[in-house]
Amino acid sequence: MIGRRKKRAPEAVLTPAAERRPAGFESHRDDVPQREVARFGHGSRVPGWDDAVDLEKDPAAIPDPATTPVPAALRAEIEAHMAKYPDFRSAAIPALAAAQRVHGWCSPEAIWQAACVMRLTPGYLISVASFYDMLETRPVGRQAVYVCTNISCSLCGADELLDRFKRETADDPDFNVRGFECLGACDIAPMASVNGIYVGPIRTDEVPALVEQIREGLPPLPGKQLHLRKSTDPGAVRAPEEGR
Amino acid sequence: MTGPTILFEDIDERGLNTIDVYRRRGGYESLRKVLTTMQPSEVVDELMASGLRGRGGAGFPSGRKISFIPKVDVDKYLVCNADESEPGTFKDRELMQKSPHMLIEGIVIGAFAAGATKSFIYIRGEYVEQADIIDAAIVEAREAGFLGENILGSGFGLTLHLHRGAGAYICGEETGLLDSLEGKRGNPRLKPPFPANQGLYQGPTVINNVETLATMPHIIKMGGAEYAKIGTETSAGTKLVSVSGNVQRPGNYEIELGISSREIIYGLAGGPPEGRAVKMWFPGGSSSPVLTGDDLDIAYDFNTLAQAKSMLGSGAIIVVDDSVPVVSVALKLAKFYKHESCGKCTPCREGTRWTVSMLERVDQGLATPMDLDIMASVQEQIIGNCLCVLGDAMAMPIGSMVAKFRDEFEAHIEAARARNPWAGEGPPDPDPVLVQGASGA
Repeated sequence: MIGRRKKRAPEAVLTPAAERRPAGFESHRDDVPQREVARFGHGSRVPGWDDAVDLEKDPAAIPDPATTPVPAALRAEIEAHMAKYPDFRSAAIPALAAAQRVHGWCSPEAIWQAACVMRLTPGYLISVASFYDMLETRPVGRQAVYVCTNISCSLCGADELLDRFKRETADDPDFNVRGFECLGACDIAPMASVNGIYVGPIRTDEVPALVEQIREGLPPLPGKQLHLRKSTDPGAVRAPEEGR
Repeated sequence: MTGPTILFEDIDERGLNTIDVYRRRGGYESLRKVLTTMQPSEVVDELMASGLRGRGGAGFPSGRKISFIPKVDVDKYLVCNADESEPGTFKDRELMQKSPHMLIEGIVIGAFAAGATKSFIYIRGEYVEQADIIDAAIVEAREAGFLGENILGSGFGLTLHLHRGAGAYICGEETGLLDSLEGKRGNPRLKPPFPANQGLYQGPTVINNVETLATMPHIIKMGGAEYAKIGTETSAGTKLVSVSGNVQRPGNYEIELGISSREIIYGLAGGPPEGRAVKMWFPGGSSSPVLTGDDLDIAYDFNTLAQAKSMLGSGAIIVVDDSVPVVSVALKLAKFYKHESCGKCTPCREGTRWTVSMLERVDQGLATPMDLDIMASVQEQIIGNCLCVLGDAMAMPIGSMVAKFRDEFEAHIEAARARNPWAGEGPPDPDPVLVQGASGA
């Protein structure tokens, strides 16, 4: 019949076009393994969400304390944070950070426990967790190494440093090596934050030793930690301790 | 000589982060003076007389900001913005790490002036060590009676809590910070209402940068009029500048506003490595329009930099030397802002993304010089069209780079096209599914 066209099978429409794009193109975080994104043939995304959402189900309600066991220490920490603020919801970030320390990442279990203590819906906390870079919404390694790759550091060779870090730890799932936004330590560029401790400037040939120190739980590059750094300003008079 | 040293005086003294050493050096005396001899309005007058302008980026007069707080009987708040996420900035980090009590004293003085009874320090989550130091300092100050109820018998009470963020550039924007502090995603709000009227928990809120607050005790100590004599007429006082990038001695320097930029970059920071020259520099963080090597002799203060079509911003000077291609700097910058855009406003969300795509095309040899015009027009359409200035913060430096280094962009395009096997043949073959789909729609 003229004008009538054959309806194409949905698979043909949804052909993933990811292979035509450079790796890391779609993810807002370059270091998260690329997941397949459903696309039309011409490259646009199929409307919807990144993650599978079951629209048939009702959203999760506030978890029931009777069926959601929460470790006592975690509960106490979250409740202490909630008491600090005029509005308890302000404690969302500290609560998620505390739950992440217990569970390693903001796992569904961690979110449910925090939601149970705070009397909020898990959906609310997921919306918060997905916004912030330091709250992990995927399982990650325990050892957080954030390499600053912003302008000042990359002018001093941070991209090579990150590459080297990634190569050294490629086969170790215990490591969470990420390129990060400016960490506010451009004076020790190129630098990294190793489990919260700032170290720098790091030469690429120091990376293997540093990785080994992290593995063994030793202080990272003890001579190059930020807190040892003296002010560079000649106007800041040196304290007499140097003469002592 | 780079002027008097106020904030950084003996900053490296051992134990300055403890209350004993800080008090031995005269700490908390300004607070005593304020609480025992002054009225809040007198403190505001003193701050106005000092000409202190906000050190976080916008440069708004601090005294005026506090005077906007309505004098009504509701809960008022003071929030210290310690998010410091502007690339290239690390002055607050050094202040908080080495002299946390200076900040706490400033917060109490600022809160007294504004009539605030609850205060928060919003510190970025990456600053773990600094947050621990401040936490300890708050406990010390509370035990010594400088925080809590009835401070120094004056009847004025203030609570102070440290709030740790979790890594988001946008939370340095004041309304994004407030949303984040309220436990939401850090999306900026529509202004007005300004935070002075409806801020944290809808109450009147004054938000100040760490350095601004840390300066307040010194202004009280030396007197506003005396402080105003430092610096220039419109930019009073000293400023911490963070110099980084291709310089020999990166670090924080306290300068008197109005000295020449060359003296900061070459005199204090040692200039670029031997044999290289300054190609461009960001005078106030990566959000400020770039200046070139020809602009090194302009005075470093708010108004002169504004006249040069840039801004003092947070005081972070990033120096780029002539060995670095401008396209790579632009791409790095655009990727950062694309990542950090919260996605609330379309011009910023789409503009940052398309700017990255266009710069990638430039880099891969798929662009023509006409793309530079499109890119410039995209930047123009971002500026002023969003709730906050994150989009502007990308558009201004990228726009200025395209304008000032257009020759280099064009040369880069030509060189990349010559390398590219597709050059001159147009885009790759259209997708057969697209063709079929178009006819079958």
